[in-house]
Amino acid sequence: MRRFRIRKDEGCISCLRCARECSFGAIEAGEDRTLVFHHEKCTDCQRCVSCCPAGAIFITEDGNRFRHGSVFTDDDIREILLQAETGGVLLSSMGASGKDIPIYFDRLLLNASQVTNPSIDPLREPMETAVFLGRRPEGIQRDSEGRIVDNLPPHLELRTPIMFSAMSYGAISLNVHKALAAAAEELGTYWNTGEGGLHESLYPFKGSTIVQVASGRFGVHETYLNTAAAIEIKIGQGAKPGIGGHLTGKKIIGDVSKTRMVPEGLDAISPAPHHDIYSIEDLAQLVMSIKEATHHEKPVIVKVAAVHNIAPIASGIARSGADIISIDGYRGGTGAAPKRIRDNVGIPIELAIASVDQRLREERIRDRVSVIASGGIRNSADAVKAIALGADAVSIGTAALCALGCHVCASCHTGRCAWGLATQDPQLTGRLDPEKGAARLINLVNAWTREIKEIMGGMGINSIEALRGNRMALRGAGLNEKELEILGIGYAGE
Amino acid sequence: MKEIDIRKDGLEAVRKQSGGDVAVTGCLGERYIGCGMKDGILRIKGTPGNALASYLDGGTVLVDGNVQDAAADTMNDGLLAVRGSAGDALAYGMRGGRVYVLGDAGYRAGVHMKAYGDRKGILVIGGRSGSFLGEYLAGGTIIVLGLGYEGRDITGYFCGNGMYAGTIYLRTGKAPLNLSDKLIRRAVGEDEEEQVIRPIVEDFASVFSIPAASCLEGGFIAIEADSSKSYSQLYAAV
Amino acid sequence: MKKEGEVRISSGCAISGIFCRNGKRITGEAIRKSIAVMHNRSNGLGGGFAAYGIYPQYSDFFALHIFYDSQSAREETERFLDKRFDIINLSKIPVRQTPKIPDPPLIWRYFITPLPHLLQDSQLDEDEYTSRAMLRINDSLKGAYVVSCGKDMGVFKAVGYPEDVADFYRIEEYEGYSWTAHGRYPTNTPGWWAGSHPFSLLDLTVVHNGEISSYDANRRAVEMYGYPCNLLTDTEVITYILDYLTRKQGLTLRECSRVIAAPFWTTIAIKDEEERSRLSYLRKMYSSFLITGPFSILVGFRGGMMALNDRLKLRSLVAAEKGGTVYFSSEEAAIRVIEDDPDRVWAPRGGEAVIVTLDKEAAV
Repeated sequence: MRRFRIRKDEGCISCLRCARECSFGAIEAGEDRTLVFHHEKCTDCQRCVSCCPAGAIFITEDGNRFRHGSVFTDDDIREILLQAETGGVLLSSMGASGKDIPIYFDRLLLNASQVTNPSIDPLREPMETAVFLGRRPEGIQRDSEGRIVDNLPPHLELRTPIMFSAMSYGAISLNVHKALAAAAEELGTYWNTGEGGLHESLYPFKGSTIVQVASGRFGVHETYLNTAAAIEIKIGQGAKPGIGGHLTGKKIIGDVSKTRMVPEGLDAISPAPHHDIYSIEDLAQLVMSIKEATHHEKPVIVKVAAVHNIAPIASGIARSGADIISIDGYRGGTGAAPKRIRDNVGIPIELAIASVDQRLREERIRDRVSVIASGGIRNSADAVKAIALGADAVSIGTAALCALGCHVCASCHTGRCAWGLATQDPQLTGRLDPEKGAARLINLVNAWTREIKEIMGGMGINSIEALRGNRMALRGAGLNEKELEILGIGYAGE
Repeated sequence: MKEIDIRKDGLEAVRKQSGGDVAVTGCLGERYIGCGMKDGILRIKGTPGNALASYLDGGTVLVDGNVQDAAADTMNDGLLAVRGSAGDALAYGMRGGRVYVLGDAGYRAGVHMKAYGDRKGILVIGGRSGSFLGEYLAGGTIIVLGLGYEGRDITGYFCGNGMYAGTIYLRTGKAPLNLSDKLIRRAVGEDEEEQVIRPIVEDFASVFSIPAASCLEGGFIAIEADSSKSYSQLYAAV
Repeated sequence: MKKEGEVRISSGCAISGIFCRNGKRITGEAIRKSIAVMHNRSNGLGGGFAAYGIYPQYSDFFALHIFYDSQSAREETERFLDKRFDIINLSKIPVRQTPKIPDPPLIWRYFITPLPHLLQDSQLDEDEYTSRAMLRINDSLKGAYVVSCGKDMGVFKAVGYPEDVADFYRIEEYEGYSWTAHGRYPTNTPGWWAGSHPFSLLDLTVVHNGEISSYDANRRAVEMYGYPCNLLTDTEVITYILDYLTRKQGLTLRECSRVIAAPFWTTIAIKDEEERSRLSYLRKMYSSFLITGPFSILVGFRGGMMALNDRLKLRSLVAAEKGGTVYFSSEEAAIRVIEDDPDRVWAPRGGEAVIVTLDKEAAV
């Protein structure tokens, strides 16, 4: 069903580059070097626009629309028509499109020092962004000589509080994994395999890799668990809380099959729950079995989607033996999710982090675990706000893909990504050069880190841990009393 | 043969022993025994706790009595043989190796078992299984012999629900209770029985030193996914 | 910090039960030993025991176990009781102080019977008369909490690991024919002791492992029939549903099991006609009380015990038998530790209640 219109202007030099670049079949070369547009196939991915040497091609919203003024929007009607025809569950990708759910980051304002204490110039004075993620014991121990014994369990050490979110090989290409791994190593942070296993060529990046154990247990074996800096148990993700995964057999080819350890062409279905975790004490059991299998040498992360009961859930995880809790908010991205789930289930990360941080403090266990926030972190200011609300670090998925070319057309589930990211088609995956991609990711995270330092400096804070949970750094604008209460912040001017 | 008293020596002693032939005695609910083990033999005495032989990557774990929940979880290779019965969620996500249970298995045995390359999960249950046997089955072979349950239901409800690859063989003529319409049930021919089932069952019988013939008596039926009803058809891309 | 009841706390758990069909009364040592094996399934934030047959000398009277936050709450509650009941005996429940069980409330025990003329005027039976008074204490007397109120039984619970709770209450000094135990793994600090399990009303006690997903539908349904839910726990709502269905609606416990763990329609469809119509009737009639999500429960009642899993059997539950004694537990090891050679060990199927009762001679 047509949503976009492809146009060209008189600048077109008929080089046909756009037709070669379009992976959705929306632009084809006709006879005599003419272009044939199939508007209904266009996803607005902007690949043709970016590649056109003459700047002569444009994608616009389609001018035609359904009758307005009804409760039913264009999308409502379009989707009903599609479902009436196919009988299918609507499948979508990327983050939630619930437009009327506020983006709280945009209603939070940051503080700066004036007069009463000095702001700091991060280019000239020390400014620390190193974060250590992991568990802390309840107290110190001393040896017989009275020296303090290092009783800290293993920690992850990050030079910047920005990590890369879990995205599986299969959902995205090997080249994306290569770019993420190389960038993470250079940046002194971590990338996350997602649930599709770890390609052998990436084993050398072990020290920067977080491997994931999800309900499908794809590619999970003893070597995999031990080829990592940390292991993440994925319970859920923000885009589809409570829902399993389904990687279609079409994407299970070649090395994807080998890495997932699933035969070529066979669907890879992740069950909705882990069938060995039906309760909080079962989670504790899986955490401990992973620690056993990795000789208690690595931290274990438990990733959950931000849902209504996130505060008690996080509290339960903190008591399960997990070292780090990763919380993925309502706007978190995905390679494929039922649209109704993506748009209607879960809560925004800002509220989730605020309530989790508060609850863990009430329970006096906030210092025992670390908390990672994700799901709609778009820039460095979002990261700072998430940390001030109570996160130790943030992780970015969609933003990282954007650095690699993604224009958020939300067509990942088609497997035809024109930017060569969310696809396994060798014709397309070659469009991303992993080295150049890594360089762009490094640029992005370095730029954000510099911005974070600028913001911290402005507040007179010179170490990131002094920002964590420092809610006086935040004030709300355009928020009601209840929202301020949950976020634990004052109103601007208060 | 070395002996480890689990109550006295602890789990760490077992972990350090991988490679040899070790008796682990006095088990009473201790979890994670044989977790991630790559080789060697563990002979378990008593009732080991949950997550026995999870991530097993080789070697053999032999249990005289019963095992509790989540045994052979995410197992990759090796053999777990249980002379008694198993609890729930046996061999969850198992990809390779053999799990033999002479007695019964609880609910959700063999959920999301798979196969890849030369790895192929094999689960044989001598008695009966609980409901949801082989749910989400993605590969590998499950055999339920129903020894001692002849003529009766041997799988409970929802057998093979959501399975999309692999095969469940049942030594019975009866269809499982409320079998999903996305699955097909077929009789097993002589060739298939000889080539696929017999070698596995003979191995099973030899591990427990019981006669293989009685395990093969009567015919088998097979449960498989109906490939014309794939899950991809459920979706409409927006 | 909010107390349990002001906030809903989900929990995982371990449960264990021992039932002597022949009525033999055994001390609390065995149940303590059993639940202690499953230490890992709890996190030290709740443990408790229910025992039947422990007060034979007072078996005609309601035995109250009450927590008080303060002396004034005790005085107020005793005035309340005094107006409505004959208090036959009252005392502090003897405890063994231990650092593992900090900050205990005041814990008192009473043996009471309704004042005859008030009971007559109320036109209620003594169970209903008493349960109403107890629900009222829990609902409206601040700082007082009735832990149990049945006859010849009692509940002992606290915040702590179950084995420490056992030591605290000196349960080895009690003798009963039926014992259940609970080790709790709540996701939050409960804030007070009442949230620990078992939960009870009159003779009925429930220990539960799991977290039910139908909670608020069930809670709102049972509140409609006069059961204010003060703790917001699954166990509380399950207890009230069972009390409502058995005592007010006259269902048997087996029928109750068909209501709360009703079979799937596809399963009902393959039953014979009589069973099909009975099961369909119960599902349709009591649809508000279908409980979904994981649970395994042990229900203690006078002269019996019921073990029940949810219909998908999402929690583990093992049963065993030796001579006249029946055992239930979340893990087999917790049975083996007290009976290493059972005649029979089995795993009850999801939704299929196992109900054991005293032998005829013992029940008298």
